[in-house]
Amino acid sequence: MSSWAQGLLGGALIGLSATLLLWSIGRIAGISGIVNGLGTAPRSDRAWRAAFLLGLMLAGGIAMQLLPYAPSHLQTGSTSLLLLAGLLVGFGTRMGGGCTSGHGVCGLGRLSWRSLAAVLTFMLTAIATVFLMRHVTVTLP
Amino acid sequence: MNRSVIAALASGALFGVGLAISGMTDRLVVLGFLDLYGDFNPQLAFVLAGAVVVTAIAFRFVLRLPQPVLAAGFKLPAATAVDRQLLLGAAIFGIGWGLVGFCPGPALVGLAGGLRDAMIFVPAMLAGSFTHYLMERRGKIGEE
Repeated sequence: MSSWAQGLLGGALIGLSATLLLWSIGRIAGISGIVNGLGTAPRSDRAWRAAFLLGLMLAGGIAMQLLPYAPSHLQTGSTSLLLLAGLLVGFGTRMGGGCTSGHGVCGLGRLSWRSLAAVLTFMLTAIATVFLMRHVTVTLP
Repeated sequence: MNRSVIAALASGALFGVGLAISGMTDRLVVLGFLDLYGDFNPQLAFVLAGAVVVTAIAFRFVLRLPQPVLAAGFKLPAATAVDRQLLLGAAIFGIGWGLVGFCPGPALVGLAGGLRDAMIFVPAMLAGSFTHYLMERRGKIGEE
């Protein structure tokens, strides 16, 4: 399968998943929000979150094993950079109330201006970060 | 298990398979999309387009229902204002995303799929989220 067909198919499944969650239990399929609520939401509001994440990781993990992957999956990144990035992603998604799924897939689907502002902002800072990391060489004295 | 838990499990499974197929668990594909001035890779745009076309159409119909089939009401985000919290949070998230190419969903799937990088990233992500939670509880942020 070509990479664009793979992207469209995967994306459509993600959209269907978000639709199923909204139609069945009336919730938004935002990964960061679902994770965050696992620790802080009222007890009655935790079972569905745990079930969603269990399904996500179990089915996603198995699918990853079955699909043929490009070798770039095996490349390893700098540990300190991964730790720093993880901290920023966790902090930022909690502060901004969503990530690529909550603001992107669901927020844009609801035609929310708030989510559009969030998506444009994180796209912009992500693009700027990649530009600085890949194309700007800092020469230390 | 009640029916709403099964629905959430199925929805999560669909999401996970979608992420695995989409190629987004490969953080270098994501970085390729964000690299406008280098070796640009449009794959993420197809993923987002595929997902948003489905939600933009389907959500219209779903939200016209008086209530979801297994719950008393829809729980949508109450906030509508574009405020400092939203923009600053999104900006910080974007920097982390651009540094390595992981956002929360693909990182969790990558962790389950045995990616070494995700095993380092995910605990840090949870720590970052918890840090914000603690700061907010102590009233250091969130007051404007």
